[in-house]
Amino acid sequence: MVDAKTLTHLERLEAESIHILREVVSEAEKPVMLYSVGKDSAVMLHLARKAFYPSPPPFPLLHVDTTWKFQEMYKLRDRMAQESGMELLVYHNQEAKDRGINPFDHGALHTDMWKTEGLKQALNLYGFDAAFGGARRDEEKSRAKERIFSFRTASHGWDPKNQRPELWNLYNAKKSKGESIRIFPISNWTELDIWQYIHLNDIPIVPLYFSAKRPTVERDGMLLMVDDERFPLEPGEVPVERSIRFRTLGCYPLTGAVESEAATLPEVIQEMLLTTTSERQGRAIDKDAGGAGMEKKKQEGYF
Amino acid sequence: MTDTLTDPIYKTDALIAEDIDAYLDVHQHKTMLRFITCGSVDDGKSTLIGRLLYDSKMIFEDQLAALEADSRRVGTQGQEIDFALLVDGLAAEREQGITIDVAYRFFATEKRKFIVADTPGHEQYTRNMVTGASTADLAVILIDARKGILTQTRRHSYLAHLIGIRNIVLAVNKMDLVGYDQAVFDKIVADYTEFAASIGITAFTPMPISGFKGDNITGPSENTPWYTGPALIEHLETVEVNSAVDADKPFRMPVQWVNRPNLDFRGFSGLIATGTVRPGDAIRVLPSGKTSTISRIVTMDGDLDQAVAGQSVTLCFADEIDCSRGDVIALADNPPQAADQFEATIVWMADEEMLPSRSYWLKIGTQMVTATVQQPKYQVNVNTMEHLAAKTLDLNAIGVANLSTDKQIVFEAYAQNRTLGGFILIDKISNATVAAGMLHFSLRRAQNVHWQATDVSRDFHAGLKNQKPAVLWFTGLSGAGKSTIANLVEKKLARMNRHTFLLDGDNVRHGLNKDLGFTDADRVENIRRVGEVAKLMTDAGLIVITAFISPFRSERDMVRQMMQPGEFIEVHIDTPLADAEARDVKGLYKKARSGELKNFTGIDSPYEAPLDPEIRVDTVAMTADEAADAIVARLIP
Repeated sequence: MVDAKTLTHLERLEAESIHILREVVSEAEKPVMLYSVGKDSAVMLHLARKAFYPSPPPFPLLHVDTTWKFQEMYKLRDRMAQESGMELLVYHNQEAKDRGINPFDHGALHTDMWKTEGLKQALNLYGFDAAFGGARRDEEKSRAKERIFSFRTASHGWDPKNQRPELWNLYNAKKSKGESIRIFPISNWTELDIWQYIHLNDIPIVPLYFSAKRPTVERDGMLLMVDDERFPLEPGEVPVERSIRFRTLGCYPLTGAVESEAATLPEVIQEMLLTTTSERQGRAIDKDAGGAGMEKKKQEGYF
Repeated sequence: MTDTLTDPIYKTDALIAEDIDAYLDVHQHKTMLRFITCGSVDDGKSTLIGRLLYDSKMIFEDQLAALEADSRRVGTQGQEIDFALLVDGLAAEREQGITIDVAYRFFATEKRKFIVADTPGHEQYTRNMVTGASTADLAVILIDARKGILTQTRRHSYLAHLIGIRNIVLAVNKMDLVGYDQAVFDKIVADYTEFAASIGITAFTPMPISGFKGDNITGPSENTPWYTGPALIEHLETVEVNSAVDADKPFRMPVQWVNRPNLDFRGFSGLIATGTVRPGDAIRVLPSGKTSTISRIVTMDGDLDQAVAGQSVTLCFADEIDCSRGDVIALADNPPQAADQFEATIVWMADEEMLPSRSYWLKIGTQMVTATVQQPKYQVNVNTMEHLAAKTLDLNAIGVANLSTDKQIVFEAYAQNRTLGGFILIDKISNATVAAGMLHFSLRRAQNVHWQATDVSRDFHAGLKNQKPAVLWFTGLSGAGKSTIANLVEKKLARMNRHTFLLDGDNVRHGLNKDLGFTDADRVENIRRVGEVAKLMTDAGLIVITAFISPFRSERDMVRQMMQPGEFIEVHIDTPLADAEARDVKGLYKKARSGELKNFTGIDSPYEAPLDPEIRVDTVAMTADEAADAIVARLIP
């Protein structure tokens, strides 16, 4: 028996997220869910399936791909799209492809072209006016201040000083032609909530989150996994088998692994709780442009 | 104190290392409390939040390293850690050293998860505080112990109370800077108690703290042995949350989305606002009023045998009745009302001022309608709580005004139900959220509709006729003699060259009101329309005489309120029921007694006699002609 006096924080978070998903579907013309295959995306997709059950979620999944994701991510992506009965759209920025933009040679330009530009192009191509994203407010300081409904100009810009006030659970989804909304249904979840929810609901996630022996090299203080033959080894570099896992998943050359023995979800959670570095620390993206890296990226249109 | 920087008071639960499954079980069953912190930059608000995050181990080593570096570079605490830097997010505010928006922070203790809305203290950011407060169960009002209660303290308290927060913590901060002096604390609490009572706050929890030093944050402080109340965290862990209160109210769920995957399934999805629902419950869909029973509560994890306020569910009905987005599903025998005119408190949140009579979108629950707001009755000075005259509301102004919607909305007073009483206004051109509001109650008064000004005024109309307009409102049982006496009064006035018009109950029902029957609702509408017509006629300068049973006190009062003061003259034609029935000139009592005529006043429908009419005519004691003379003499002395 459920009793409101004991409605848990996860039950309340779940209910809030489902409410947000349903509001958008009711008020937007053409919504889409950005699906990055990570653990946050996994939870967001699961919530969408709950929100509209027994119907499948009435919108497609969009993966803005860089072609540099881990192989296991592509596998899980295709499986989850099939299981949920949703259409999967995969978008590649043709210009980035033609110019051979890659994370090894182009650094920040890689993220900008494949992800930021790719996302804008995909949204324009399909004419989506509302896009769900799996960002959380606890991830990073500038995200703590972002609304659940985040408005973007026709050129996808974000103005942190001109956000709409959000009161109660009343969301204003009205917009002019050309404008779009990014919606963050799991804004109020923390990393621990995400893991706990995955655990409780048995949600499939990429095996890379669990520890296993994997070929790695160490570069600039980061442990990188040699996921396929495109990984250019530097002179003298020899991949070493290490027991590693990932706390966060992005493009494999940009995502640092941690040495770990955590092979089950409770062990992963245990390690997360006992660890002393924050989640995004393994990602190179936040370190661009000093302390205000993410905020600057968002103003330019990054999710 | 340096020890606390590397050894948080709120230690990671030992269970994490020893038995992670047991820890997860504990974490899974935590409840959630949302609260706001109110205070200015100088009150140490960011420092307090930084302290809470730090003490509950929400700060990682890399963040701490960055914090230590930042503290030395731009901090304001010398060599010590400046916790404020942890929570000041956007680049602009880091440069200006102020918080400019609402930010949400997260931390958890062994008992609860917390979401903190960090809201700025500057007056121009009232809208941010109202936004942060709208989802909060509790407010922490911060006071600098050295300064005591300031204007902003009053403002924050007023806003927290306005938005309906019942749990208020008065955190007297920076106690370390006043030597932990009990007298300082007691004086502030006494001052605040007096102020709080004046704005309707009946209970609050005062505590002496230091966010910077950590006193009374997680446990009792040695520095304040005279304080025996709870530490801040202890209080936050045990105070009652809103959803627990909402569960005890009658069931209401605004419908968000109709789930129809195939012809065999039709479900109505929404977030339960208040109450509890079970299969078999009798429900009513508002505003249509159609009823059915709940057949299933559907979720992906299986059907539920009960769902409560705060849960998102999909409900199926036993019958195929119309129900769509914007409707409200409610307990069948205790539903909310629908109306289209209201009094509300409005908090204006846009740079462009409010335009009375402009159309805005109004969103309340899942209902979206067009609304117009009238000129405010008054604006509230948020610093002094004084009521000021206002023609409009500008950014951050709070006022009380009437508003009307283009169709009926299902609502409850905000004080009873945040979901069905709280609304936002959206500009139809810019799409910006321009205001938030809280409904007080519905109105039935026509003066709330915007009036087109005309050049020939009602005084001019009356002046041409050389008379003072009035409404002689006759009320009484059927057969009391209303029409007869009214007719005589009009004849006498006409002979005196007065311009009059007699609105007779039966006559009006041949035309204007021929669509109305005799149910209570139709009787109310009958009187409302007659009241409106009478009002127009007084505007035209006429002396209006009406002869209607008009059995309900509230409708007669409603008409009284439509008229200018002194122009409504209630005339009670007082005849005992037995006398009226004995006369029975139209044979109606006989039909009513036989059951042939339903809803007959005095027989099977009530008559509420006036309590204090301007004129009372005892038809047993005087003739119709004598009565008419008395009424004319009263009108024209």
